[in-house]
Amino acid sequence: MTAQEILRLDPNIVDYLLVAFYFVLVLGIGYAARRSVSSSLDFLLSGRSMPAWITGLAFISANLGAIELIGMVANGAQFGIPTVHYYWLGAIPAMVFLGIVMMPFYYGSQARSVPEFLLKRFNRTTQRVQAVIFAVASILIAGVNLFSLGLVLEALLGWPLYVAIPVAAVVVLGYISLGGLSAAIYTEVLQFFVILALLIPLTVAGLNRVGGWDGLTRAVTEGPSGGADLNAWPGTPLTEIENPFLSVLGIVFGLGFVLSFGYWTTNFAEVQRALSAKSMSAARRTPIIGAFPKALVVLVIVTPGMIAGIMIPQISALKAEGGEAVDGITYNNALSLLMKEVLPNGILGVAIAGLLAAFMAGMAANISSFNTVFTYDIWQDWVRPDRGDRYYLQVGRLVTIIGCVLAIGTAFIASGSQNLMDYIQSLFSFFNAPLFAIFILGLFWKRMTGPSAWIGLLSGTAAAVAVDVLVRVGVLEISNQAGSFLGAIAAFVVGVGVAGAVSMVTAPRAEAELTGLVWSLTPKDARTHSTTGDDAGWYRSPAVLGGAVLVLTVVLYIVVG
Amino acid sequence: MTDESRHDHQPDNDPESDDPTGTGTPISTTATNLFDLRSVIALLFGVYGIVLLIMGLVSGNDPENLAKTGGTNLNLDTGIGMLVIGALFVLWVWLRPLRVPAAPDGGAERS
Repeated sequence: MTAQEILRLDPNIVDYLLVAFYFVLVLGIGYAARRSVSSSLDFLLSGRSMPAWITGLAFISANLGAIELIGMVANGAQFGIPTVHYYWLGAIPAMVFLGIVMMPFYYGSQARSVPEFLLKRFNRTTQRVQAVIFAVASILIAGVNLFSLGLVLEALLGWPLYVAIPVAAVVVLGYISLGGLSAAIYTEVLQFFVILALLIPLTVAGLNRVGGWDGLTRAVTEGPSGGADLNAWPGTPLTEIENPFLSVLGIVFGLGFVLSFGYWTTNFAEVQRALSAKSMSAARRTPIIGAFPKALVVLVIVTPGMIAGIMIPQISALKAEGGEAVDGITYNNALSLLMKEVLPNGILGVAIAGLLAAFMAGMAANISSFNTVFTYDIWQDWVRPDRGDRYYLQVGRLVTIIGCVLAIGTAFIASGSQNLMDYIQSLFSFFNAPLFAIFILGLFWKRMTGPSAWIGLLSGTAAAVAVDVLVRVGVLEISNQAGSFLGAIAAFVVGVGVAGAVSMVTAPRAEAELTGLVWSLTPKDARTHSTTGDDAGWYRSPAVLGGAVLVLTVVLYIVVG
Repeated sequence: MTDESRHDHQPDNDPESDDPTGTGTPISTTATNLFDLRSVIALLFGVYGIVLLIMGLVSGNDPENLAKTGGTNLNLDTGIGMLVIGALFVLWVWLRPLRVPAAPDGGAERS
């Protein structure tokens, strides 16, 4: 059999109807949301009116895109339990930090986007540099999402790529341009539930087939890993660092600090969800509420991955023999193969809807944040200032269309690349790590100047690109994974170093202008939020919720080991 | 046109039909369909649940399906689970109906 025949699912009419119902509902939301859009703030930031549970779920759903879902089930198949680090150490502390420490500055500054925050703290050049970098990165990543979505449609339903990619783009375009961020956020919450409706039955049926958790652990212990897949620590196969101590260090500092804090605290696709919350308290709770499902969802991601490693012959062969692919099947196919293996028609339709939803969530998040940054930071603050709000609303709608068209282009570029995961990771090391360096320094060091920020940003990016090139041409003999790790660290160190040095020779801004933007210049009551009305009650306290999710994570680590 | 779409979501809220939209106060319209999301989730899970329940009753115990799922009637179980979740969302909408935030919040920002 060819890879395509192995992968082809056999949906029946009921499955198609379930998928169709989902998309009718999603487009209906876009249509319904449209009537509530009356200003560009409504369109781009949902008018700052969302309750915390919605923004919290949207926050995590914007992250639970398809590349994430497929890639992490693949990691579960390949590495087993160590995959949990991406969800626990690699996410939860940073999400709590974002809610407790950084959100008062983001939300309190009334900035509509991350670049606009940079304008307030630093200067216009920094805003523009970051806006352009971000716009390019968003479209590149949207293209990757779109390409992956096309691949799934091709493999699952038999649609050719040149049909599947534009069709998917049109559907995403339809609901974002009809309803703006409201529609995107609403459908993200919906997608979150549909994705759970895919993962939970998959886990249940998979466990049934392998004889429950005991059967699974027995099979894994007898498998090629000899049981190493069952222990989160020291995770040497995951980090590709052979020394166990250094491997743990790599997970804690590399993944747990630089990469995860860099990703979660500055990635606008997620932060934007919190900016659309209806109050400071709700904004602070947004990433923390999102942290609870983030901590738990990995259980129904890693388990199916490990089951696929046992039940799917090609994946087992991959684990035993190593290498890239068996019969054209890679670890990335683990999720869809397991769906085919254990899900009967009916629930299969729900699962396909969930998978398609996940791809659309990722792309919608990229497009809608590209839209916000382009409209506010590039068009309104730079190219065509001082027009009426209606004008920018029109621009916002037009930019969504342009963004989708560009993403079709970058999707075909991505189709030429060999390893999408490496591509994405390199992009993060280029763009997120230097931004995080600038943010942290600017937040805690009032002496940091405007010019130092954009010079530091560009030098950090240059450092990461340099590392990437050195790895690719073989001067640095490390794996791509370790390369993006090293790139992120280099970007952070160079970013902080250069920004620090330039700050010493340029003039700082007046302290009075930095109130609410720098920690030491912000009075404590400006950093706290109201605790009345909708924000009352201990169970709505960001600190209590943050503490609870950290405790949950520690308990999970102890239980799962 | 816009009025039709409004009606689409209204019936779910009917038990609490002193709906804020009816009061005619110039509230932020975004707030109005905010909690409708709960009804949309309930609708999705309700329809999916019923379809899966029927699939489970009709063909859930066919040997072919049981072989796939390792012996459980997965469509039936998932269908029941979804109906329960859908019902919980309906209950939530019913017990905690939409409250309109105080007008100053919604109005001040749109200068």
